[in-house]
Amino acid sequence: MTMSAFEKHRHVIDFTLSSLLRRKGKNFSLLAVYTFVIFLVASVMFLTHSIKEDAYMVLTDAPEITVQKLMAGRHDLIPLSYMEPIREIRGVQSVEPRLWGYYFDGTNKANYTLVVKKEMNNTPGAISVGNGVARNLLVKENGIIPFKAYDGSYLFLKIKDVFSSESELVSSDLILISEQDFRKIFAFPPDVATDLVLRVRNPRELTTIATKINQMFPDTRPILREEILRTYEAVFDWRGGLVIIILWGAALAFVILAWDRATGLSAEEKREIGILKAIGWETSDVLLMKFWEGAVISFSAFSFGLLLAYAHVYFASFILFESTIKGWSIIYPQFRLTPFVSIYQIATLFFLTVVPYTVTTIAPSWRAATIDPDMVMRA
Amino acid sequence: MIFHGPILGLLLGSLLVSFMLVYSAFYAVQILLRWDMRSGSEIQLGLERRTYLISVLITYALGFQLLSLFLFIYTADHLAPLFVGAMCAAGSLNVNPWGYPTIVLKIVNFILGAVWLVINFTDNRAWDYPLIRKKYALLLCIAPLILAETIFQTAYSAGLHPNIITSCCGTLFTADAAGVTSGIIALPPIPLAVTFYTLMGATLICGVYYRRAGKGVTLFSILSSLTFLASGVALISFIPLYFYELPTHHCPFCLLHKEYLYVGYALYLAFLGGVISGLGVGILKPFSGVESLKGVVPGIQRRLALASLVSNGISLLIVVYGVLSSNLILLD
Repeated sequence: MTMSAFEKHRHVIDFTLSSLLRRKGKNFSLLAVYTFVIFLVASVMFLTHSIKEDAYMVLTDAPEITVQKLMAGRHDLIPLSYMEPIREIRGVQSVEPRLWGYYFDGTNKANYTLVVKKEMNNTPGAISVGNGVARNLLVKENGIIPFKAYDGSYLFLKIKDVFSSESELVSSDLILISEQDFRKIFAFPPDVATDLVLRVRNPRELTTIATKINQMFPDTRPILREEILRTYEAVFDWRGGLVIIILWGAALAFVILAWDRATGLSAEEKREIGILKAIGWETSDVLLMKFWEGAVISFSAFSFGLLLAYAHVYFASFILFESTIKGWSIIYPQFRLTPFVSIYQIATLFFLTVVPYTVTTIAPSWRAATIDPDMVMRA
Repeated sequence: MIFHGPILGLLLGSLLVSFMLVYSAFYAVQILLRWDMRSGSEIQLGLERRTYLISVLITYALGFQLLSLFLFIYTADHLAPLFVGAMCAAGSLNVNPWGYPTIVLKIVNFILGAVWLVINFTDNRAWDYPLIRKKYALLLCIAPLILAETIFQTAYSAGLHPNIITSCCGTLFTADAAGVTSGIIALPPIPLAVTFYTLMGATLICGVYYRRAGKGVTLFSILSSLTFLASGVALISFIPLYFYELPTHHCPFCLLHKEYLYVGYALYLAFLGGVISGLGVGILKPFSGVESLKGVVPGIQRRLALASLVSNGISLLIVVYGVLSSNLILLD
């Protein structure tokens, strides 16, 4: 009578599970460490990916080209007189000046991003603030924020509303303000803007337009939206990769632990394998059992680790790595990222964790499987 | 060099696979030099035990290898936004000269590894290790290729500097660009399609005939290999045209995208499955004369032939479905 392959595997798995449960302490401690390593790596990956998605979401509405003026290689204010010649370039739909800057609030030790919004121009004296600002200042709608202007005078602006956007990552420290107030606070000259933004309908003309702008005004720097996206992508990838490299220390420690566990067979385990072989198990059967043992442990650790990382990143605001990945600021955005898990991430995680673990345990499993029953029984 | 999670994973995987192969190759040399079934010496017993370890090592290495092939393509696809002009894997693989050689090596190594496993499986069915020298000689050929793959892949990742301008897949796969791929495109798609269908048909017929009559092993094996080559060419020449419904888009990687229901994965797997099992049938043929394998080889061959037929059948169905359901009609 021959057992079907499926039946055989089923029986081996059955045996493996009961054998794993017989050595609870040893296996659970290994499982816990394994899960923790997967949890760490998975958290970093989920987080980087979601932040990238978020940034992408925000930037898809960004203008196609931003033109900055440079002064000795540094960002400078751009004269409004640059607008007309740029508008005349074929393919440019519109040119708008942008006014924005950073304001340091000395009392709260926080940096705000002030952005002029056209709609606010009709209501000077009013501002709308992002969630983070409101949280930091403990102010609500109709509250008043004092701003110290660059000429030393004070400006009291009333909060019209507190806004939250889909991505708090960018809007958290934002204050929308009218042009008059903005120019007053920063003593901003009237004939300049922070930068110019261009709308271009045909993406294939982008590089040509950028080149033309550069020829016309060699002191400017046109930045394409794609370049910003690419930079974000590269920066977040880089940060995520860096954290993974650091975590490799932990992973290596785990691999050593796994190796140690797998090599140091207890006398009881040795006897078990010896008996199995004595009652007719072949080396390949023991290897099969060891394979299922590894598969069960890896699968459990992988699933637990993934679930924990998911909860950590999307429900607990990834407290462990927050500052590493997000950067630094007084006003931290408080936000829940849009969950995003793909096969791609899971495959990557598999290569970073399960593959090293498995490779570590192959040789010890083989050593265990080739135990001479005779030797064990006698010992 | 890009610090990118998947790239780190791929590099780590390749390093480990290389390590496993080098370790196995070391014992392969020992086996080739010292193997003697009649001896009961400690060395011989040690080597016999070692063969178990090497089988397991190669099995795992191959599993990782298959995963890494797809992870590599997917990663290249994902990196495309980092490079000006790259729209999918076709562009990012072209960022430096190591991209395409890496992927070719990955495919070749996977096929060789799978063939090795077929031989190993057969060898283990006999009591006297009849194929041991042959399989370890083959292992010694595979190991340097795996090492080369690791080096190429590392060189590729090290040479990834975001913003390098590359040709996007739209320009890369057009006929006026120089290189191998353009040579394939310059061939008219219709004769190529005819060649592909003819070879595929001949393989299927020959496979069925072999299953029925037990004859035509060599022909079947050669035909499956030729079909695989033709499929590779077809993947850049006419198959994508129908899926994308664009007579100019020849990229074989966009098939892996969600827009095309990830059909590329099924197609790639089916093509690989077809060639591996088809090759396996032919490679086992010379061993059917070995005394201890006489009762074993035909059974394995028949099962492999069935696997090859099923794989090729699936890939043919996918291609035919893609062509028939497409709104594109190629007139020539």
